[in-house]
Amino acid sequence: MSAVPIPTRTPSESLRPPLVDGEQTLSSITETVCSIVERPQTPRAWYIAFAISSSLTLMLFGLIGYLIATGIGVWGNNSPVFWGWPIVNFVFWVGIGHAGTLISAILFLFRQQWRTSINRFAEAMTIFAVTCAGIFPAIHVGRVWLVYWLAPYPNQMAMWPNFRSPLLWDVFAVSTYATVSLLFWYLGMIPDLATLRDRATSRVRQFAYGLFALGWTGSARQWHVLEKAYLLLAALATPLVLSVHTIVSFDFAVSHVPGWHTTIFPPYFVAGAVFSGFAMVVTLLVPARHLFGLKDLITPRHLDVMCRIILATSCMVGYAYATEFFTAWYSGNRFEQFAFLNRMQGPYAWAYWTMVTCNVLIPQLYWFKRFRTSPWLMVGVAICVNIGMWFERFVITVTSLSRDFLPSSWDYFRPTAVDVLMFVGSFGLFFTLFLLFCRFLPMVAMAEVKSVLPAPSVSES
Amino acid sequence: MSTTVEPTPVTTDEPEPASRLFGAIAIFESAEKLLSAATALKQSGLTKLEAHTPYPVHGIDEALRIAPTRLPWVVLAGALIGAGGAFAMQHWMNGIDYPFLISGKPLMSIPSSIPVTFEVAILLAAFAAFFGVLLFNGLPRLAHPLFRTQVFRRVTSDQFALVAESDDPRFDELRFGVITTEHGATSVESIEQDVSSVAMPTLLKAAGVSLVALALIPPVLIAQARATTSEKPRIHPIQDMDFQAKFKAQTTSPFFDDGRAMRLQISGTVARGDMPIDPAISTGYTSDAPPGPESSQWLDSIPISPTIELMARGRERFNIFCAACHGRGGDGDGIVTVRALELQQGTWVKPISLHDRSVRDQPDGRLFNTITNGVRKMPGYASQIKPEDRWAIVLYLRALQSSRNAQPADVPADVLETLRETN
Repeated sequence: MSAVPIPTRTPSESLRPPLVDGEQTLSSITETVCSIVERPQTPRAWYIAFAISSSLTLMLFGLIGYLIATGIGVWGNNSPVFWGWPIVNFVFWVGIGHAGTLISAILFLFRQQWRTSINRFAEAMTIFAVTCAGIFPAIHVGRVWLVYWLAPYPNQMAMWPNFRSPLLWDVFAVSTYATVSLLFWYLGMIPDLATLRDRATSRVRQFAYGLFALGWTGSARQWHVLEKAYLLLAALATPLVLSVHTIVSFDFAVSHVPGWHTTIFPPYFVAGAVFSGFAMVVTLLVPARHLFGLKDLITPRHLDVMCRIILATSCMVGYAYATEFFTAWYSGNRFEQFAFLNRMQGPYAWAYWTMVTCNVLIPQLYWFKRFRTSPWLMVGVAICVNIGMWFERFVITVTSLSRDFLPSSWDYFRPTAVDVLMFVGSFGLFFTLFLLFCRFLPMVAMAEVKSVLPAPSVSES
Repeated sequence: MSTTVEPTPVTTDEPEPASRLFGAIAIFESAEKLLSAATALKQSGLTKLEAHTPYPVHGIDEALRIAPTRLPWVVLAGALIGAGGAFAMQHWMNGIDYPFLISGKPLMSIPSSIPVTFEVAILLAAFAAFFGVLLFNGLPRLAHPLFRTQVFRRVTSDQFALVAESDDPRFDELRFGVITTEHGATSVESIEQDVSSVAMPTLLKAAGVSLVALALIPPVLIAQARATTSEKPRIHPIQDMDFQAKFKAQTTSPFFDDGRAMRLQISGTVARGDMPIDPAISTGYTSDAPPGPESSQWLDSIPISPTIELMARGRERFNIFCAACHGRGGDGDGIVTVRALELQQGTWVKPISLHDRSVRDQPDGRLFNTITNGVRKMPGYASQIKPEDRWAIVLYLRALQSSRNAQPADVPADVLETLRETN
């Protein structure tokens, strides 16, 4: 659905590999994508995966109920580390949620047509990751039933929220991001839902897909408005995606805790978010394209490009780690210097070095072509990045808080079983939503892929 | 918006009893053929011509002469309203309506309002883009004559269609068929529009009416609650710490061995504030029990030495504890009294003026006793004001009374002289 005229080219003429493999036609693309959701028998593997992930989701909700009934003391958060795993998990999930909109919006504006095969998938991942992210701060406020106090609404206390607090900015940023991502995802999916509606053989499917397709007919006027809207949404989502992790980093950077109060945080967080988001896309996409027979639409070229982006952002993150040390030394601030030496040598040195290994050293393997072409090596590196990025947030949050200005309050943070199980449960929720998406919605943006066929049946008029 | 919810009926074979011609549809296998046919038909003067394609075909806008959409202006308006609204909202809420002083930061600062302004601008612009698509495209429209034709069902997958509507004055089904076939149409057929059942099914209508009625209940209840007053406490679904599990005074508790909720004083200790002092000082009378109003057993003077510090202390305590009802001047016009009288609160007893003769003539000990134990509706203040402070208040009260009722004989001669000179 690119607004750009597509130059006619054949695979032999192109300098780059084609965007899709095999002899693809309009009907073969429709068939490949739709057959996944139309198959009469759901595969057994799907049921097994769904049983596991939905059980974990159930456990997550059970633990949330337990937490609400008991109090947030069931977490390991305690003086001086009041931001423990819940905030680490929040930043981790929000970060993962950045790749989807980046692929959809920024790569769309840069006319990177390879995005069309993977954008739907990555956008879905974004929405589910932001859903997981939103749960943690919402229950971390303690009295979750009063969470609506964050909204500026006229109330009997005649008070308003404090708009100079980064935590409130965060509420606006994350909720706007979730809403805009959802609109963007849904808007792009309407034509594909219409395809499913028109192929439906049962009344139930016809009604369900028909309802969500909103009566799309694919008329030239509808496409004209939709393309314009899609371009505008991409232009809006591009600064938005950069702003969200910037504002998340303000939660830390606007405070004066040593190790947090630095101006490098916004770009450093955004690079880290893109890094972790792409790693998660690779982690999910490689098995998915294997299982669902999408190898011709999601080609080795797509995976190769994503690995290169991971490599580039890994270098940015590594550079940011080095800059933090330089700033601490150059500032002459002893507290800042202590905070960073403590990260490297203190009680959490194991976490710090896990982070450096997973985020800076291991991704360097992507310099080797073999790691960018072999799917399983690629996923191995991507999983290391996911682990490393969780540890990055852990290192930032916990080491700084556990060694604050007052040595008498120093303590070593220990998570409780509830902390661990809730994090595991959030993966359950993520995969539950993802499996439902794979089963019932078009995983690849068919209309967009059709418009980038290597030898399109369209000539310039 | 259509009147039925079913997107498409499955069959088109049976002729509908009441239908009219909607137009004609021609199917093409490729976008080039569609484009050339569209160009030709447009040149033939058809105005109500539409192309339906599985993906956006470039060049079709020119062929069908589709004017550029005004959507960008709607999105711009959304962004401007969002930014302006969010900026004004933050400044009004934190700077004007409820000035919120945080660490001496300015009440209205531009940098700190950038994040929320930016986010709301994006949010409203995105809403404008999304709902603009629906509005400009006339969506949702779940029933469309096209959905009744079998051939249309492949148009969202891999075929291309041209549709001419019959209410176009230049519409001619035969001509349409000839031109499209010339340009490579694989099939041409007419589209019927079902006009038989425009009325909503009864079941849907009943469901709709009852949904609307049910949806009206909460707003009606809220409106009623806002318009009327209630003596009951407000609904308290989440009790927070307002209703804690606790044992009240003088009750039993299984927690302690002796079964009492309260603890007895440990022998040999003195409770805070209970240091034994002269009973006359702590009560204001010399008898064992409070004497009658006219008794001579009330202390006639303040039993601690009346210093200027004690007077200042008395004024401070009076303004804290007494003035709310009695007024700073003791006239019985404190803010609580004024408010209670304004509300015409039936049970409120207006305090008597402290300058009234009946109060002035009371001995000091009796005034002290009134502060300690209360009188009529006034509660006792023994638990809130220490005995020395109660005497300090009596001292200040005497000074207040003297300020209105003093005779020349009460004033020392030299001061009287000064007063005469200054007045």
